[in-house]
Amino acid sequence: MDPLIFGFLLSDGLINGALYALVALALVLVFAVTRAILIPLGEWVLFAPLTQAMLLEGKLPGTVWLSAGLLLIWAGLDRRRGRTPLWLFLAALGVVGVGFLGRSVPALAFLAALLVVLPIGPASFRIFFEPLPGASVLVYLILAVGLHFVFQGLGLAFFGPEQFRLPALWPGEAALAGLPVPRQGILLILAAAVLMVLLYLFFRRSLYGKALRAAAVNRIGARLAGISVREAGRVAFLLATGIGALAGLLVAPLSNASYEMGFLLGLKGFVAAIVAGLVSYPLAVAGGVLVGVLESFSSFFASAYKEAIVFALLLPVLAWRSVSSRVLEEEE
Amino acid sequence: MLAVRGLEVRYHAAVAVDGIDLHVEEGEVVALIGPNGAGKTSTLLALLGLVTCRGEVRYRGEVLAGLEPEERVARGLVLVHERRHLFGSMTVEENLLLGAFARYKRGERGIWGELERVYARFPRLAERRHQLAATMSGGEQQMLAIGRALMARPRLLLLDEPSLGLAPLIVQEIFGILAGLKAEGTTILLVEQNARAALELADRGYVLEAGRIVLEGPAAALRDDPRVVEHYLGIPGEESR
Repeated sequence: MDPLIFGFLLSDGLINGALYALVALALVLVFAVTRAILIPLGEWVLFAPLTQAMLLEGKLPGTVWLSAGLLLIWAGLDRRRGRTPLWLFLAALGVVGVGFLGRSVPALAFLAALLVVLPIGPASFRIFFEPLPGASVLVYLILAVGLHFVFQGLGLAFFGPEQFRLPALWPGEAALAGLPVPRQGILLILAAAVLMVLLYLFFRRSLYGKALRAAAVNRIGARLAGISVREAGRVAFLLATGIGALAGLLVAPLSNASYEMGFLLGLKGFVAAIVAGLVSYPLAVAGGVLVGVLESFSSFFASAYKEAIVFALLLPVLAWRSVSSRVLEEEE
Repeated sequence: MLAVRGLEVRYHAAVAVDGIDLHVEEGEVVALIGPNGAGKTSTLLALLGLVTCRGEVRYRGEVLAGLEPEERVARGLVLVHERRHLFGSMTVEENLLLGAFARYKRGERGIWGELERVYARFPRLAERRHQLAATMSGGEQQMLAIGRALMARPRLLLLDEPSLGLAPLIVQEIFGILAGLKAEGTTILLVEQNARAALELADRGYVLEAGRIVLEGPAAALRDDPRVVEHYLGIPGEESR
């Protein structure tokens, strides 16, 4: 094989792999804490760059109203909880304000898009998942699939079917070993690496991160220690939405963005998360890179089958896991 | 400190606790004894809000209805669960620090000092601070469960069967530690099947049968009550169950 083509495929695979790795990290994080497989994450990943694109066109995207509306519903549900509804109301106002600001100042559109999409995750957890505490994985999965359809439909309504092209944060190409690599792709890989390290430090070193892990492994034990399992779920959804939205914003300049891309993206991230057994962060990153590289090479050698090859990866992984894995179980 | 009126716990049709009144005053150790299935554990779970209940629970003058268990823990109402519910895949030290999570979230200082005090009280935990909780013996796990509860600085410590499934020597050790806590003025509501040890430690006691309180009074009086002696203490001199 021509080393140049090999290099192209590899760099392409690594860039996509970084994206899948980020989505997989977010999925593992949410599953570990809440037992939910967050299918709609793919939609939220795409909401961020689509929101940015609309803001850059000088329009106020529907995600602003969606995000603010979800926060208001949350405030309504928590109306008896002291000052919480007040803060949520202010956050909803803040989201609308950020939307208007991002529309009028193009330089802030990236940040504004991130901030607008961010509350959608935790608010969805509060509104849809929290009323079903301790439900089975299957119930959460069905709920997540339902939410996926709802958010995908909203995506079509907000952004229409067309693709958007976004400006790169770091334009141009860098030459790596004689190979032109888009700088934006390098940025994406760096972001994945940095977030992985930050997540590691958060969960291993900070007491707050340990509390999230505790809520994941033993709900009753966590409550006995004064850890709110509900809050842990919201924080997990918040982190996952943040990671996903950032990934979407960073990848969109490389690959365009349209509302229906989220589902496939989420599924590939899910394959990567499965490689990690839905529990291991380093393995999730490795799984993401594996999926990205596999996809890139199979699109060259057998482009008609590239999705099939990626999803077929699940079979050997699951077969191997079924004989060797340690299951994440509630501890006594 | 704690005043309970008409507490009722039902699991679907089954009545576990059938309208009990009890109170615990500051600095007191109160024992709740009775046979298996009398509703002792259900009472404690209801006090913490881990099961739904009817009736009024007042803690330090505040009605607790509507507060989540973690909010009650933050107010100093802390339970050592019968099944301990430790974080087995975490180290002893992580388990202990997480016990102070509510205080950490409030930005309270002095958590490390608390950790040293718990280590001083349980030297065995200090030796094993980097060991995973799941790999420890039952007695050590019980110490860890009590230590984790102490990290929250309880104003009222609820203890559910701290001697359950432990060897007699370890039970003695655990009750020695509880006596130390009592001497320092910790308020304790203790649920025990080991009625003899519980009544020796406690100031007052309640006897629970089939979800109702059938006897109550000072621990010394209960120790001498013929019904208690017959049902819970056995023939004098013989080891209670």
